[in-house]
Amino acid sequence: MEYGRRSWRGFKALGIAGAALVLLTACGAQNNSGGSNFNWATAASANDGGGTAALVSAAKKEGKLNIIAVPPDWANYGAIISGFTAKYGIAISSANPNGSSQDEVNAVQQLGKTSRAPDVLDIGKAVTLANTSLYTPYKVQTWNDIPDSQKEATGLYVQDYGGYMSIGYDSNKVPTITSVQDLLGSAFSGKVALNGDPTKANAALNGVMMASIATGGSPDDISKGVDFFHQLKVKGNFVKVQATTATVKQGQTPVVFDWDYLSAAHGTDVPSWKVFTPNNAILGDYYNQAINKNAPHPAAARLWEEYLYSDEGQNLWLKGLARPVRMAAMKKAGTLDSAAAAKLAPVTGTPIFLTDSQATKAKDYLASHWTQAIG
Amino acid sequence: MTAVLEKSFVDTAGRPTGGGRRLPSQWLAVIPFFAYLGIFLLLPTLIVVGGAFFDRNGLGFSNLLIMNKPFVISAYLNSVILAAITAIAGAVLGAVLAYAVVSGNPNGVFRRLVTSACGVLAQFGGVTLAFAFIATIGSAGFVYLWLKQHGLDVYAHGLWLYDLRGLELVYTYFQIPLMVLVFLPALDGIRPQWREATESLGGNTWQYWRYVAGPLLAPAFFGATLLLFANAFSAYATAAALVNQGSVIASLLIANTMTSEVGLHDPGIASALALVMVVMVATVMVLYTVLQRRTARWLR
Repeated sequence: MEYGRRSWRGFKALGIAGAALVLLTACGAQNNSGGSNFNWATAASANDGGGTAALVSAAKKEGKLNIIAVPPDWANYGAIISGFTAKYGIAISSANPNGSSQDEVNAVQQLGKTSRAPDVLDIGKAVTLANTSLYTPYKVQTWNDIPDSQKEATGLYVQDYGGYMSIGYDSNKVPTITSVQDLLGSAFSGKVALNGDPTKANAALNGVMMASIATGGSPDDISKGVDFFHQLKVKGNFVKVQATTATVKQGQTPVVFDWDYLSAAHGTDVPSWKVFTPNNAILGDYYNQAINKNAPHPAAARLWEEYLYSDEGQNLWLKGLARPVRMAAMKKAGTLDSAAAAKLAPVTGTPIFLTDSQATKAKDYLASHWTQAIG
Repeated sequence: MTAVLEKSFVDTAGRPTGGGRRLPSQWLAVIPFFAYLGIFLLLPTLIVVGGAFFDRNGLGFSNLLIMNKPFVISAYLNSVILAAITAIAGAVLGAVLAYAVVSGNPNGVFRRLVTSACGVLAQFGGVTLAFAFIATIGSAGFVYLWLKQHGLDVYAHGLWLYDLRGLELVYTYFQIPLMVLVFLPALDGIRPQWREATESLGGNTWQYWRYVAGPLLAPAFFGATLLLFANAFSAYATAAALVNQGSVIASLLIANTMTSEVGLHDPGIASALALVMVVMVATVMVLYTVLQRRTARWLR
C-alpha cells in the first residue's frame, strides 16, 4: 500500500529488532515446547508454544473466543465463524456486531483484563494506527505469503481482506448505473444512501472520497465528493439512513455506496442487486487484524488468526467477494478457490489507496463541512 | 421505616434521648439513594468536568476551544431550536389536553384512560419510538405507502423524517403526554370556588382567566415548558436511531466524537461538549425550580 512508503521503512528497521526478539523468545520457549503450562499470551508465533498442535489443544482447553463488531453478513464472516467453531469446537461470543472499529477499541480499553474483553480485533486503518499499544505481535504460519507493505513487520497488526468502493443498486427499482453522475437523475429520488456517516464510519468516508475522485476531485481533495452529496441532497435523492442488510431488503436504500464485497452480499436478499465500480475512481482499502494484548483467551485468539490466514479462511473471505491478503500467493500456489475468484468484479485501471495524510485531510474537511452540506 | 419506629419506641421507654444518635439510623435508609446518585450522577459529572479540562498536554482549556467551530455552534443551535419548538408545541397541546381531562369527571373513564396512556407514552422513547415511526411513515413504511397509493406523497419534497423536521415530529410525540402528566396537578389545584368568587364579583370568563387562573397557572405552565425543553435538549437515543447522517444536534455530535473510526475520536473534546450541555441543562433546571416554588405557593 502507498501509505507505507516512509513509515514502512521505519517499520522494517523495527522489524529487524523484532525478528531478533522473536528468535530469542523462540529459543527460550523450546524448553517449554509442548508443555501444557506454556503462557500463550506471550507467544509471537505458534512455534513459540510448541507448534500448531499445541496451540490447538491449548485453545480447545480455553474453549471460547470473544469477537466484536463482526456482522455475519460482512465479508462472509458468518461462514467463517461457524467454520471455526465446527473445526475446533470453540464457542464464539460475538459482541456488538454492527459496531465501529472505534467501538472495538473502546471495548478493549473499558473491559481491560476481564473475561468479556474482545480477544481479537478487525479494524480500519485510522483506528489501527492510533491504538498500537493495545495489541500484541503475532505471526501466523502463512506469514511469508503476506506482502511486506500489508503487514507491520513484527506482526503487531496485519491486513486481512479488502475491496473496492462501489455503488450497489436494485436494478428493478432504478436504471442501470454507468457513472457516478447518473445518481443525480430524477429516477434516484429518495434512493441513494451511504454505509454510515462519513465523519464516523470508514466505509462512508471512502464512499464520499470515491464520489470525489469520480467527479473531478483527488485523494487529496474530498471537497468535490461533499459537493456531490450536497447536490444529491438538494435534488432530494440522498437518503439519510445508514444502509444495512435490513434497509436494503426492505427497500429503504435501493442505491448504496459501499465496499464491493459488502454490497455483493445483498444479492442473496435482493436477486436484482447489481454492483458498479466506476473505472475512473477505483478506491481500495484493507482492514487489519490485531490481537488484544490482554486477550482473555490468548490461545484461541491466536488460533483464530491462524484460521483466518489459512487457505480455508482466506477462501471463505473470497467467497464473500472480499479480496484476501494472501490472494496473490495462493493463486500462484494453486490453492485459491478459482470459482469464487471468478465472481469478483473485474477491475480495470489502477486502484488508489489513501495515504495516512490524505485520510486525515479528508476527515478534517468532513468534520467541518459534512453536516452542513447535507443538512 | 421499621428502624425509625423501633427507635421511637425505645425512646418512649425512658432511655436518654440523644438527637445525634437518632441520625445514623435515619441516614441508613437513604444510603442506597445517595450511592445511586453518586455512581450514576455525581461520578459521571466529575468525569465529564475533569475530562473537559484535560487535553493531550495535561490541564488546560484547549478542549473548550471546540466551541468556536461553526459546525459545533450550529449543532448546539439546532439542539436549542429543536428543544424549544417541541417544548412549546408539547406544552400548548399538552395543556389543552390536560384541561379537557380536568373539566371532565374526575373519576371518569376518559380521565383514567388519558392519564394512564400518558404515563406510558411519556416514557415511550429511544429506539422503539424511532422504529415505530420508521415502520409506519418511513420511506418503506406501510402508512406512507398507503397514503402514496391514495395520491398523497408526504415526501414529495424530500425525506424529512430522517432529519431535524423528523425529530421535531417524533419528540413532540413524547412531549405532549409528559406535559399532561406534569401540568395536571396544577390544573387540579384550581378550585371551583375561585371561579364562583369571580362571577359573584361580576367578572366574566375572560376576566377569570386573565386575572385569576392565568396568573396562578403561568408559573406552572412555564416551569413545565422548561422541563420539556430539558427533556428534548438532552435526548439522544431517539435521534441516534432516526438520524444516521450528519451530527445535526449536540448529543449526536458528542456520540460521534466518542465513536468515530475515521480519526475524529477524542474523549477530551467529547467531555468539553458534554460539559456545555450539562451547564445549559443545569441553568434550565434552576429556572424550573424557581418557577416550581412560585407555583407551590398557591396550588396545594
